[in-house]
Amino acid sequence: MNAPTQELIKQHLIDPEICIRCNTCEETCPVDAVTHDGNNYVVDASICNHCMDCISPCPTGSIDNWRVVARPYSLDEQFSWSDLPVQDETIADAGGGAAVEALEDDVSKLLEEARKGLGGKPVAPHSASKPTVNLYNRGKPATATVTGNYRLTDAASDSDVRHIILDFGQLPFPVLEGQSIGIALPGVDASGKPHHPRLYSVASSRDGEKRNANNLALTVKREDKGVCSNYLCDLPRGAKLEVTGPFGATFLMPDDPAANIIMICTGTGSAPFRGFTERRRRAMPDAEGKLLLFFGARRPEELPYFGPLQKVPDKLLGKYFCYSRVPNEPRVYVQDRIRDEARQIAQLLGDSKTHVYICGLKGMEGGVDEAFADACRAASLDWTALKPAMRESGRYHVETY
Amino acid sequence: MNIMNVDYSTKIPNNVNLSEDRQVLKALEGWYPGYLDWWNDMGPEGFQESLVYLRTAVSVDPKGWAKFDYVRMPEYRWGVLLAPQDEARKVNFGQHLGEKAWQEVPGEYRAMLRRLVVVQGDTEPASVEQQRHLGKTAPSLYDMRNLFQVNVEEGRHLWAMVYLLQKYFGRDGREEADDLLRRRSGDADSPRMLGAFNEATPDWLSFFMFTFFTDRDGKMQLESLAQSGFDPLSRTCRFMLTEEAHHMFVGETGVGRVLQRTCDAMKEAGIDDPYAIEKVRALGVIDLPTMQKKMNLHYSLSLDLFGSEVSTNAANFYNSGLKGRFQETKIDDDHRLTNDIYKVLKLVDGKIALVDEPALTALNMRLRDDYTLDCEKGVERWNKIIEKTGVKFRLELPHTAFHRQIGEFRDVDATSKGVILSAAEWAKVKSDYLPSADDGDFISSLMEPVSEPGKFAKWIAPPKMGIDNKPGDFEYVKIEAA
Repeated sequence: MNAPTQELIKQHLIDPEICIRCNTCEETCPVDAVTHDGNNYVVDASICNHCMDCISPCPTGSIDNWRVVARPYSLDEQFSWSDLPVQDETIADAGGGAAVEALEDDVSKLLEEARKGLGGKPVAPHSASKPTVNLYNRGKPATATVTGNYRLTDAASDSDVRHIILDFGQLPFPVLEGQSIGIALPGVDASGKPHHPRLYSVASSRDGEKRNANNLALTVKREDKGVCSNYLCDLPRGAKLEVTGPFGATFLMPDDPAANIIMICTGTGSAPFRGFTERRRRAMPDAEGKLLLFFGARRPEELPYFGPLQKVPDKLLGKYFCYSRVPNEPRVYVQDRIRDEARQIAQLLGDSKTHVYICGLKGMEGGVDEAFADACRAASLDWTALKPAMRESGRYHVETY
Repeated sequence: MNIMNVDYSTKIPNNVNLSEDRQVLKALEGWYPGYLDWWNDMGPEGFQESLVYLRTAVSVDPKGWAKFDYVRMPEYRWGVLLAPQDEARKVNFGQHLGEKAWQEVPGEYRAMLRRLVVVQGDTEPASVEQQRHLGKTAPSLYDMRNLFQVNVEEGRHLWAMVYLLQKYFGRDGREEADDLLRRRSGDADSPRMLGAFNEATPDWLSFFMFTFFTDRDGKMQLESLAQSGFDPLSRTCRFMLTEEAHHMFVGETGVGRVLQRTCDAMKEAGIDDPYAIEKVRALGVIDLPTMQKKMNLHYSLSLDLFGSEVSTNAANFYNSGLKGRFQETKIDDDHRLTNDIYKVLKLVDGKIALVDEPALTALNMRLRDDYTLDCEKGVERWNKIIEKTGVKFRLELPHTAFHRQIGEFRDVDATSKGVILSAAEWAKVKSDYLPSADDGDFISSLMEPVSEPGKFAKWIAPPKMGIDNKPGDFEYVKIEAA
């Protein structure tokens, strides 16, 4: 079999079934990529630069459609449609997935790398809300203002993890829990080129740090010699910075109170789960689905959000903290706590409403995978078959770095 | 100040630098309480305290165009928003072709321009008045939200026109602005200026038909005013057009969803004959022949809004550079039309015939033809919905001469195919072409409110997509908000 060797592109398309031909997109497009005939409004793939200006004024939502293709659909093909073609899954598999997570190659590569542990193409939960992707890019970033920047880890600890709040003022910046944003560092790197984008998971829920605030939070660990993390950690209140995104269209929360969610993380990998937990608390406090958090750190003093997490009621969130460097105590990793809870875990994995999310350092993947396999084996479940099935149905998610 | 961003420092959000334009700001602030009184008296009845998931423009830049949030309607940020100014813009048609676009009202055209702005302005509050009782029978929270979005935007369009009146037309303009709040749709003593805006909108099917057909007249008028050599009018209308597109959306998808539901119900019940009206109605859905009759009514009423086929007023507006043709700058001709002709449908010796007329005086006709083409595209999309379900039925726009009160055909009775009948013949068949009182009663009987999130009345299908990508069971209106 020949693997496709040509470059795949993400083609912007308009759904002819939903479009009402109002001409708003054609009027809005700054590069005249949108055109029409007596039948359909269409986007010329050779002109469209993914600036996304047409997305928000569209009254129908028909404008927000993307397909991963090896050869772009021509204008004539698009004129002839009465429905959008379905995504060619073989191409999508080769291109990393059918969901368009980002429209910028460097950002897409970062996300692809983070999703490698999935062992297949990422699929969003069926009930997840539809994400907005790539609204702001390197050419047209959004400006945010820092309205909070404080340390989460104990002052005595040598680990400086910070909670940073970015406010967008009047600028729309719609995010869903689990999405990431890009930080556009000012200046150039040592070789004189603009810095590569850095991605950070959003640590707040979709309606902001406080309900209906147009802001979001990041969880940032200061890395020794980390250009971007030091830049962010040093930003004072009131500082302005340039942001791109939002990015990510699969590592999203199921919008279903019946869904069980198992969240496994280390360190700043907890960021999206803070968003998940807050979303559940605000939107569906009486959800029947379970929410479990396995959270690993070296010591309690280094566990981000240690204090606030103590206040989250067990009814909302089952918490399993794992410390690997507490003096005079055995080292406990997330996989150890998963094994302790093997019966509960196996029961949940056997339930088609259960979703698993893993976020943190790449090193944790192997151990977690083995712990799941052990838990399954004891319950006569086959993890090697279950895992890909869960992934394909949008219920298994990995974001590691 | 950045012209793209909206100034919220004054009571009236705007991107026209009102904070430094004290006189106009004062006039608008003086007008504001009257507007709010009007909104509370004549705006959506019964839902003024509810939280509605509305879109507010926070900037005229595409990115800032759609900010969604829960808002109480009286607290909606109505504002004055103009599309960005193009310094190099010219007058693009008429005798002033090629001159720099005007930033002030040319003295000799003052009365004409004021008339254009007032007529446009009068339609905006009128439709809010016509639709004020509909909230109570909304077929879903989704539809209720769409109705209220249309209403607040019509309110903003009134603001847009009032700004022009107060900024550019002095005392006369201020008086006209007050009168816009004084007239009332359907009022015997001081009705709205145009006929279709004094008709009742008694039910949701009428609302969908109205937003498809009548608001589409608004789109055509705004588009030709967006061509105006008077730049502030052009910029105002360009921004309004983006909002008007949402109203087209509500109408087209509303009717489309009714058709979908009817056809699905017919299929489920094994009814193939679309004319088995009683059997179809027994399913609790609106039969297709009645849909056709509603369409006949709203299309013909909307054609009347274009005025007389041959009009010297229209020629003067064009010649003076005040109102252009639909998409004027995309038309490839001399943009003066002095020696051109245009074919106009007229009544000649009792027969309907195409007659050559000077293109300048036939501009209303031309705009109306563009309107008809635009309607046809939408009707074709409706037919596709019917076709996909396998039901054998096609909707068709009626003939131009059908059911007209204004223009060439006002004194004849023609069928939807354009066959002229005697008054006696017409009286016998009228209810085959236009909704009867019984039809109206049947539609009214279906108008039971549905207010559970994610649920829809049985006569209408759910939409294919939510607003702002929201999931199906999103609570678009929190009716009993504390």
